[in-house]
This record gives sequence, C-alpha cells and structure tokens, in this order.
Amino acid sequence: MKETQNSIGAYLKAHWKTVLFLVVLLIGIGLADNFVDSYLRRLLNLCAIYVIVSLSMNLVNGFTGQFSLGQAGFMAIGAYTVAVFTVPIESRAAIFYLEPMAPFLANIQLPFIVALILGGLAAVVVAFFIGSPCLRLRGDYLAIATLGFSEIIRIVFTNTQSITNGALGIKSIPTISSLWWTYGTALLIIIATVLLINSTYGRAFKAIREDEIAAEAMGVGLFKTKMTSFLIGAFFAGIGGGLFAALLGTVDPKQFYFTLTYNFLLIIVLGGMGSISGTVIASFVVTLGQEALRFLDEPMAFGLDLPIFRPGLRMVVFSFLLMVIVLFYRKGLMGTNELTWDFIAQKYHAIKQKLSRKKASTEGGGQQ
Amino acid sequence: MSLLRTENVIMQFGGVVAVNDLNIDIKKGELAALIGPNGAGKTTAFNVITGVYTPTSGRALLTPTDPTGQATEIEITGQKPDKITGLGVARTFQNIRLFKELTVLENVLVATHLNANYSFLSAMLRAPKARKGERQAKADCEFLLERLGLIGLKNEKAASLPYGQQRHLEIARALATKPQLLLLDEPAAGMNPQETDELTDLIFKLKTDFDLTIFMIEHHMDLVMEISDHIYVLDFGCTIAKGTPDEVQNDPKVIEAYLGVDADVED
Repeated sequence: MKETQNSIGAYLKAHWKTVLFLVVLLIGIGLADNFVDSYLRRLLNLCAIYVIVSLSMNLVNGFTGQFSLGQAGFMAIGAYTVAVFTVPIESRAAIFYLEPMAPFLANIQLPFIVALILGGLAAVVVAFFIGSPCLRLRGDYLAIATLGFSEIIRIVFTNTQSITNGALGIKSIPTISSLWWTYGTALLIIIATVLLINSTYGRAFKAIREDEIAAEAMGVGLFKTKMTSFLIGAFFAGIGGGLFAALLGTVDPKQFYFTLTYNFLLIIVLGGMGSISGTVIASFVVTLGQEALRFLDEPMAFGLDLPIFRPGLRMVVFSFLLMVIVLFYRKGLMGTNELTWDFIAQKYHAIKQKLSRKKASTEGGGQQ
Repeated sequence: MSLLRTENVIMQFGGVVAVNDLNIDIKKGELAALIGPNGAGKTTAFNVITGVYTPTSGRALLTPTDPTGQATEIEITGQKPDKITGLGVARTFQNIRLFKELTVLENVLVATHLNANYSFLSAMLRAPKARKGERQAKADCEFLLERLGLIGLKNEKAASLPYGQQRHLEIARALATKPQLLLLDEPAAGMNPQETDELTDLIFKLKTDFDLTIFMIEHHMDLVMEISDHIYVLDFGCTIAKGTPDEVQNDPKVIEAYLGVDADVED
C-alpha cells in the first residue's frame, strides 16, 4: 500500500505540470459547461468532435503514411448507428412516415454509450473489408478505394429507406448538450493515441511511413500493422460520427459528402502530419476560424457600398490564410513534433535568445 | 551444420538473369563473404534470401535453432521478409535505409517489434504487461547502442548522424531483431582504411559475443580476405568460384573477372 502511494507520489512529482494542466483543463470544461451560451457550446462540441476524427485520420495518414480518404464514410456509419439505435421507439413511426422501419430494428433501442461503441465497431468491420485488398498493395490505391467507399456508403444510406429513412434522414435523436461527452471522449482518445504512438505499435507505424522495405526487413509485418492502424482509425472516426449525430440531433446523407473528409485532411496538414498536439490545435483553429470569419459573408458598408462582402468571401479569406500558413510552415504548424513541456521550454529559450541577440545587435549598431 | 542453403536459385527480371544457379551453403558460426564486380547480382542474392524477391526457380532453406536448442530446416523461399526476419535472418542495406525521422533509439526499438509480447490494446491502456515489455525492449536496445558506441546519440534523429555512424546504427538495428544469421550488404562502403579496420574488429567481436553467423557483401578485398572463412565469387549472376580466401585469390577466373584478361587495373 505504501509502495503504491510512493509510486503515485513519484509520478505526481515527475509529471506535476501535466497533472496541473489536466486539472485546469477539467475545471475549464466544467466552467464552460455551466456558463457558456448554446451557440458557443455547440461550437466547442464541434471542435472536440473534429479533434477525434482528425486524430483518427492522422493516425493512418500522418503516422502510418497510408493515404486514406474515408473519414466521412466511417463517420456516417457511426452516426447512423447511433441514430438508428437511440431514436425513441414512440417517435419512430412519425420519422419513418414514407416507409416504416424494418421490423428487426423497429423495437430495439440502446443506451447512447452502447450505440456509440457499436457505431465504432461497425466502422471497424467495414474498414476491414476495404483494407483487406487495398492495404496489400503499395501506392495510392487506398486513397481511391476509401474515397469511393465514402461515396458508396452515402448512396447506400440514401437508398436503404427502411433502415436509414433515406434522403429524409433521421430526426429527433436524443441530443447530448453537455461538453463532457465530447471532451471526455476526445480526451480519452487523445490519451489512448499518445500511448499507442509511444508503444512498439506506434514505432512500427512510423517505420512503415519512413521506409516500407526497411520496416519489413526489421520484422514489421506490413499488412498486419497497416491494418491495425486503419482499423483503430476507423473506430475513432465511427465514434466521432456517433457524437456528431448526437450533437446535431439529426442525420441525413448530405452531411457526409466526401467534402467533409477534406476538412479533416486540411486540419492534419495544417497541424502537421504525424503530430497529435498539432492536430488538436489545428482542429480548434479551423473550426473556430471558420466561424470567426463569418462576418465576411455579411454585407458591410464603410460609408460606400463595397460589393465584395457577400456570401462566399469567408472561404476566400480562409483559403488565403491557409496558403500563407502552408507557405511559411511547410510541414504544418507542429511538423512531427509534439507540444511537450520540453518543447515549450526549448521554443521559449530560442525566442528569448533571438530577442536578446536582436537587442545586442541594435545596441551594437547604435555605438557605431 | 549448415544454417543457410540455397539450391539452384535463379532470379530473372524479364530477359535479365540477375542470379543464375546460385548454390551456397553457409555453416553455422562461420563468416562467409560474397564478392564480385559491380552488377554481379550480389544484392539480388541477398534480396532473394531475405524475401524481398521470390526467385524464379530454386529454393532457399534456413535451419534456425529455436530457444529449446532444436534445429529444423525450413524453406524460406516465397515467405514475407518479416517472417524470414522472425526466423532469425537480419540484414543491413547497401544504400542506408534508416528511419530518418525517428531517433537513434527508436530506430533500434522498431526492430524489437517482432518480439513484442503485448497487444495494441494493452499498449493503449498502458497495461503492466505493455510497460514491462517496453522497459525490457528499451534496456536491450540501449545495451546494443552502447556496444556500437552510439549511446550518446540515442535521442538524435537518425538522419542527422554522420555516415559512418549511420552504418553502425544499421548494424545495431539488425542485431535488435535477435538474428542467428546477419547479412551485411557492403558494411565498409565509403569508409576510409582506418574506419574499415575498426569495422573489421567490430564485426569480429559482434560475431563471437552474439553467437552470429555472418554473410557479407564487401568490396574491400583486404577486409574480406582477412576475416572470411569462405568466399563466393559472383560474376554476371554466375558463381565463378567458391572456397577459402587463398583458393579464391589464386583462381584464374576470379582474377580475370576482377582484372580482365587485358589486365586493365580496376579496384
């Protein structure tokens, strides 16, 4: 007993900054949960979901080096699983008014958490069938196959009227409005991913990204390892999709156009392919940034009527900002680095040194 | 007892016969060398043995000793490279293939993956088994880095290492797979005479300390003649000579292949 206390004490001493950060973060979420208005709350929830899905994409694309574009499809599977299994039985007749729900599903209602995990697992099963042929090949076949898959799944969901209610979508899904669901899940997934990446599996992923031939020669089974990464990624994306459905309270196939995937692709490129903290930062920057620039879409008058402020300008400016970032940070904001305390200290010292050198040089210039 | 045998291995790429009728027999505990002019098919032979290529015909047989001391002959032709590595064959590459963005320690740790005994789920939950496995792997790898004089660089990125140390790191990484047969593809390429001498000593020491059988491709003739027990000479894919260093050195065919009939000197 005493020994465990000691080891906990030692752990706290070694990681006090991290523990402190987590405590502050949890208090912050708690405060935000109670005092934030519904608009900002939804936005923050969306940020957390984007963190989850982007992380799942970065695991496959950034860490394992396999170009997969199926995130929207896996999200759709997760979202529809949650929708189908959590909609209250009494309101099902009203939702499925064109064609009644399939009898084998009509009377099953599951608790949210069970449906959420089921959604993740369903995504895993589908991912297995896509991955089995594609991950054996080298090159970009996976990108094409996953892109095709996410379109196929959308069309399948549009046409399976008795299960998914087709193009009408499913409404009145019991919503989650608390930040704890999304942030709790995001936090768990971040921690699990960090632990995975720092284990032998994470190193095997990175080895495949760096050099497939060498990785194989060092005993890393290419297919098995790629598959592990792909399935874990699909599971996380499915979970993210499930939360997405429960956040909005409604799902329909149009939400899962393949353009949704490009949001996540953008986030991981911006944050750094192969950086967990970069993904988290970029998820917030992109999600909040798209909202913050919304004023550009509204007509504005500075004395005279400027015709450029009209819907769509937001995306123009946003694209421009992205180009600037990609020009100056070619490997994304974080590259493959992680935001650790050491990294922060290092950056802090570098900036301090730069400033003092600048100061010295200007002083030197003054003397001449 | 032979550790690795190949029987009439032929490797053809379209009309090019890169390796023609290769028959080698490497005894356990010996140091064999594969030499030959550039383009003779030496690296192709290695690629066939390690499973990168499946030979057009013929087969390769490995007789690894399992932990209980039992030795059984297994056919390795057509098996995946990671399976062959798991059976105890490790290699280095002629054109260095390190995981450039990973640290020196991580590079070596990758090679312990096949001996990892915990699942990805226990890694994600950081179960005691995963923690123990991780600690053990780290200790093993640090020991190897110590042996190869790289321990001080363990947190550097592999790409930032100077050339000679990158070669050492490749050897450390190969050793981390716990091999019985180590294939070295031109370990001394690009090294000066002093570095080559040091490497010779190192290879000898590693061979005895890790109980290895070594098969290597090398161009430095003094190194090859000094340390090998057996030499195979390839030219245009064909084995033109095999035997002890003395036998090979005096073989007229070898002299012809290396020096040409007109004796236009090349080294």
